[in-house]
Amino acid sequence: MAALDCSGVTVSFGGHLALDDVDVTAADGAVTGLIGPNGAGKTTLFNVVCGLLTPSRGVVSLGGRELNRLPPYKRARLGLARTFQRLELFGLLTVRENVLVAADVRGTMGAAEVEAVIERVGLAGRIDDRVDELPTGQARLVEIARALATRPRVLLLDEPASGLDERETDELGRLLRELAAEGMAVLLVEHDVRLVMEVCDLIHVLDFGRIIAVGDAATVRSDEAVLAAYLGGSLEAS
Amino acid sequence: MSARAGHPQTPMLELRGVRAAYGRIEVVHGVDLEVPAGSVTAILGPNGAGKSTMLKVVCGLLPATDGDVIVAGRRVNGATPDQLARAGLCLIPEGKGIFPNLTVRENLRMATYTGRSLASIEERTYQRFPRLGERRNQLAGTMSGGEQQMLAMARALATDPALLLLDELSMGLAPIIVEELYAAVAEVAREGVAILVVEQFAQTVLGVADRAAIMVHGEVVASGPPGELARDLAAAYLGGDGGTRSPDGAAIR
Amino acid sequence: MVLAAWLAQGLGPALDASSDVDKFLSFTVAGLSVAAILAVGASGLVLTYTTTGVFNFAHGAIGMLGAFAYWQLRFDWGWPAPLAIATVLFVLGPLFGALLELVIFRGLQQTTETVKLVVTVSLLFSLIGLANWVWDPDVLRRDAKFLSGRGFDVAGVAVTWHEFITIVVAVAVAAGLRVLLYHTRAGIAMRAAVDDRPLAALNGARPDRSSMLAWAIGSSLAALSGILFVGTISLAPAPMSLLIVNAYAAAMIGRLRSLPMTFVGALVLGLTEGYLRGYLSDWTDNNQYFDSTFVSAVPVIVLFVVLLVLPSARLRAHGTARTREVVPMPSMRGAFTFAAVVVAGTALAIPLLTTANAVTMGRMYGLAIVALALVPLIGLAGQVSLAHWSLAGIGAVTMAHLGTGGSPMGIVWAFVFTALVGALIALPTLRLSGIYLALATAAFAVFLDRWVFRLRPFDLPFTDVKIALFGTGSVGVPDLKLFGYTFDTYYRQLMLMATTFALMSVFVVWLRRSRFGRRLLAMKDSPAACATVGMNLTMTKLTIFAVSAGMAGIGGALIGSLQGSTNQQNWEFTVGLPVFMVAVVGGIQRVGGALFAGISLAVLAAMPDWPVLRNVSWFPNLATVTPGLMGIGLGRNPNGAVADMREAFEPLARARAVFLAFLAALGALYLYVVTSDVGAWWLIIGGVVLLLGATAFVQSRARGADTGAAGPQPMFAGDELEWVGIDRPFTPDDLAALDDRLGALEVR
Repeated sequence: MAALDCSGVTVSFGGHLALDDVDVTAADGAVTGLIGPNGAGKTTLFNVVCGLLTPSRGVVSLGGRELNRLPPYKRARLGLARTFQRLELFGLLTVRENVLVAADVRGTMGAAEVEAVIERVGLAGRIDDRVDELPTGQARLVEIARALATRPRVLLLDEPASGLDERETDELGRLLRELAAEGMAVLLVEHDVRLVMEVCDLIHVLDFGRIIAVGDAATVRSDEAVLAAYLGGSLEAS
Repeated sequence: MSARAGHPQTPMLELRGVRAAYGRIEVVHGVDLEVPAGSVTAILGPNGAGKSTMLKVVCGLLPATDGDVIVAGRRVNGATPDQLARAGLCLIPEGKGIFPNLTVRENLRMATYTGRSLASIEERTYQRFPRLGERRNQLAGTMSGGEQQMLAMARALATDPALLLLDELSMGLAPIIVEELYAAVAEVAREGVAILVVEQFAQTVLGVADRAAIMVHGEVVASGPPGELARDLAAAYLGGDGGTRSPDGAAIR
Repeated sequence: MVLAAWLAQGLGPALDASSDVDKFLSFTVAGLSVAAILAVGASGLVLTYTTTGVFNFAHGAIGMLGAFAYWQLRFDWGWPAPLAIATVLFVLGPLFGALLELVIFRGLQQTTETVKLVVTVSLLFSLIGLANWVWDPDVLRRDAKFLSGRGFDVAGVAVTWHEFITIVVAVAVAAGLRVLLYHTRAGIAMRAAVDDRPLAALNGARPDRSSMLAWAIGSSLAALSGILFVGTISLAPAPMSLLIVNAYAAAMIGRLRSLPMTFVGALVLGLTEGYLRGYLSDWTDNNQYFDSTFVSAVPVIVLFVVLLVLPSARLRAHGTARTREVVPMPSMRGAFTFAAVVVAGTALAIPLLTTANAVTMGRMYGLAIVALALVPLIGLAGQVSLAHWSLAGIGAVTMAHLGTGGSPMGIVWAFVFTALVGALIALPTLRLSGIYLALATAAFAVFLDRWVFRLRPFDLPFTDVKIALFGTGSVGVPDLKLFGYTFDTYYRQLMLMATTFALMSVFVVWLRRSRFGRRLLAMKDSPAACATVGMNLTMTKLTIFAVSAGMAGIGGALIGSLQGSTNQQNWEFTVGLPVFMVAVVGGIQRVGGALFAGISLAVLAAMPDWPVLRNVSWFPNLATVTPGLMGIGLGRNPNGAVADMREAFEPLARARAVFLAFLAALGALYLYVVTSDVGAWWLIIGGVVLLLGATAFVQSRARGADTGAAGPQPMFAGDELEWVGIDRPFTPDDLAALDDRLGALEVR
């Protein structure tokens, strides 16, 4: 059974279908990619999964348990954690405090482990800096550390690599592989297709709110629908 | 100062070694580019390549950290957006070029600050985009995405720009609408306007562009006539060896 | 009208005779006229809010000012009515609005909602003070109907000209606004600026001008509603300014966006009021709960309810405008030091205080406690409450009734009971934030003001318990008795309040440092992120609201005890506004900000009685307006005055030797003042002089050091130059280093 299973998720904003019957699964111990052009509905799906948005149809379940009626915080307590594309940090607090807030909610981590998590994402040197003062790339890493502090079963990452330089992106990729190796289910939304192709075991491609392809990097890369989605135009038209 | 006064041979817009950064992170690493009057130039590339940032630099919303931005032969680094707007530069920002709670007519009325009469703007607009004429009393926000983009373009054109910058015109639109929009873009270019298009979706724009450049990770990796660029695109967007397919789906090798 | 007649007939048995129909119709006309005034007021409010993003709490005060200006021209100066009205509506009103935009609100675009809120609330407060200053409140100004006396009949119902004109004016305003907003370029540009301000600017419109126009029109409409009110009520600054709270409800029915819905809201409210005024006594048979005061509470109840049923906003991401706010992380040691200084300072001061001074100082701590209650709520959790002063009132009433004989249970109940009421407010308002939360809490406070606190003694429903909140007007509050010790003198009460404040300060600092405090700050920054890490926002908000309310309750109980008795006027909404305003000015993130509020307000209240100022006739007015002016001036510094002071005096605290010398001098001065009979003022004056002198000394020396040893590199490793020779003797090494450095300078 997949750790996270979205099936038939449909969201409409005033007649416009932002998500149309979307099925996405993320397995334990794997990094699953979710890519697609801007506005394809990736962040909308994340919002549905973590309960910030109610779908008009469809079911989201975590480890076989249906989440639909649960508020966001209860979903988090069941092992769902996420980061945000438009950063949602606790700007008044330091890096350490940001992570502590998450760790303290259910006492998932002690102070020492919090430090370890911060070190793991590569922010040991800035642990006591206010997050307001961090550049975007590092702020994204704080979000990852904060999510990890809840010891999630499923980790949703929304554009974690934007703002990172090439070396930092590589390190992020390594971290994601490590997390998967430890058994976590990682669902990655990312514009840096190179990163997605490198680290993901399975890739879903979303376009105009629909899943148009699922497969590994090689499959997706040579999929005609995917090419058309990314390059624009329809194959029939040309 | 009218940008139209520029020497016929000088390009309407020229970038020389332009660099730009958000804080300490440089996202545009030295871009050279020319946009002549009466032509469509397309910048293609995946999201996050620095295309929109470059546009921001051109229209004065973000300072260049290095290099020259030259509009109609004059270096304009440091000019403010409204100064540039008065010089004939017009940007249609990504996905939000209209006032959604105003009707089509009211949106067009917002273009009368340049001195043109509402009647003449309406006449020209409805001629170019008959669909807008049918919806003149509808709230812009309730129209389809394509119609909204038409309105954004119509409003921009009503100001008689010399240089039109289009940011992700096709975002979220069905291909057929995108084609219609780009047909209008080509027509506008024929009237002598210099047009710079920034696009993630390459296919349609390549059909109307006179020149194109591919930008990846803040650098122009390829440029030239659209036909020659097709094979670089797949690699730029999806990584890997690329070139296995041209954008039109035909195998190249 | 036809509809109303039909309705009246439809009501059948209740209205059988034709005179009943006439009665119904005349209530309808009265209701329509109220609706018309509300509509005019609310439309101005909506106009400024949508175009500028500022919800103007002072809208009613501007209307009140307009009404007074009209009165001045029309009756005091004898201008013809049309001229007076035209001058107010087309000259004074617009000018005032444009001026407000230019001087105050243009600079506020990038500030937080709390700052905008404080500024408009402060404006409200200042304008009330200003009106009381300019127009003698003891002069009765009432009954200035247009074309008074005459009227005409419609279907047998007498309609006064005033009512008729009022209704016509509202219709004209509706039509005028419609034309402006939909058929003129200036109006379209206003709406365009609401949609997308930068884009409007790119088009060549000038959003700043649109804002100014909106303020001008908004003020003019406010003035118009004020002038229309003149015919129905007597002019009094504070009640008139708050009448607009009724219009808030109408505006909220229009969701602060839609003018047509705002007019509908006004209609509903106006008719409700008209009918209730007419029929309530029949319906409720004059029972003990629903007397005439209930009618005036209805609009506030509607406001509260409308706020609650507004479609819930999704969990808010960051506001767009973020100012760099600093929430300090105080140490526990610092907190204990602060507490000790407060208690010891108060104890040392007691021998010097007259009874009156002791009361002033006690009141200062009382106000500081209520302000302190706001620190965790607003400063940490980012939840605004304008109801805290009323909550303090509940604390005082509780102490009065349940603290019989000085029982400490009175204080305990004051805490528990206000905490419960706080939770009760919080529960329905949990979804609200920013301006909506402020409005909901304000509505609650005004609801208490207008109805609950004015209730005559009544039975608790379904029980035999008799409740007499403020008795027949005023109720005695006993002195606290603790372990057999009664706080029965002002001095003892002062010590009690100082100690309570000190302990609460320590508690607030502890709270800030605790997990819970971290959680509050996190919630303030990003509720969405909090939810997705598993935090139960509902419980968190409820808890902090209850704790904060309880603290305010204790403050209220102690203030009540100090006063000995308490009445409804003590706890009115407008009376409490300065506490909120000045606490934010002082720095709502800090314990020191609360003390700042207490000191400022108590001193301002006491100053008019000082010998030097006693004969300055305008001074009491100035003192009243000052908190408002402080609030308006806040705009620029979201971190508060205390942060600035701290920065100014920090060098002194760090220059240990000078600091010790300062303390010694202060001690000597204290001893001198206590043992001689020169008067306590000398201690304060001398203390301030010493403080400023010592600070100036430290600063000048630092400057001297700067210029003398110009150069960024530290001269003596680990130490600043200014300390060398002060906190330890010069060593040969230091001298060598100094020589070395001077030599280097010469070479340069």
